[in-house]
Amino acid sequence: MWLYEKKLQYPVKVSKCDPKMAKFLMEQYGGADGELSAALRYLNQRYTIPDRVIGLLTDIGTEEFAHLEMIATMIYKLTKDSDVEQLKAAGLGAHYAAHDKALFYSNAAGSPWTATYIQAKGDPIADLYEDIAAEEKARATYQWLIDMTDDVDLIDSLTFLREREIIHSQRFREAVDILKADQQTKKIF
Amino acid sequence: MDEYQLQEDRSPSYAQHAAADFETYVKELEQLQKIDFVLVELTLYLDTHPTDMQAIQQYNQLAQKRRVMAEAFELKFGPLMSFGHSFSRYPWQWVQTPWPWQV
Repeated sequence: MWLYEKKLQYPVKVSKCDPKMAKFLMEQYGGADGELSAALRYLNQRYTIPDRVIGLLTDIGTEEFAHLEMIATMIYKLTKDSDVEQLKAAGLGAHYAAHDKALFYSNAAGSPWTATYIQAKGDPIADLYEDIAAEEKARATYQWLIDMTDDVDLIDSLTFLREREIIHSQRFREAVDILKADQQTKKIF
Repeated sequence: MDEYQLQEDRSPSYAQHAAADFETYVKELEQLQKIDFVLVELTLYLDTHPTDMQAIQQYNQLAQKRRVMAEAFELKFGPLMSFGHSFSRYPWQWVQTPWPWQV
């Protein structure tokens, strides 16, 4: 089972109300390479991945939920003090019409999250390569997001998340190495 | 929402401890976030390096230290976890603010 801890993995502060930035951040909330996709992708793949890497997929998948909560906190804080006119000006008029200020799993362009963003092939190498690619795409997205804001508090939290993508990618690469080494050993005997 | 609130005391959990104000809450939360970060890092590392004895020792030492820190934090600021992994005073502290996104 899962246990919830009543704290963020890393502090999230914002220095101003900025619904436009909140809209961009939704890419990492309900977007293809966002945190929801990441968590669901890894936690679903782990049932059929070799035993050697189940622990890694479980732990990274769990950490992704902590990142999802950080992104949610950013979006919440950036929009909570905005009025309807500000939301409309930020391109969130359509969002407001359907959701008020509630968060919703859609990407920056407003498309709702879909399971077609993620894959489970049952082939461990195919799955892990997808995971590595997802981490690298998320890392790139975090860089583009950092480029779009001058809020130093927000940049600090986004930088933390960008760094985590690098670590996850690294660990997945090691998982590939472990599985390839296992295949080699099996061939010898 | 207020009419559904049966409990009259709606002050944030940290306000119930004499020595605890918002600033100490944030400061001590950060200490916990720091040690937890190291533990997350060590966990992922050990997942792919399960025979690194030194890292396991470091993990166990920090896990011990973390347990002590979390207990002290919870005494002051209320439970970090539910489902029996933390204790509660009266009234039920789990439902008290602040939730992480309200900090």
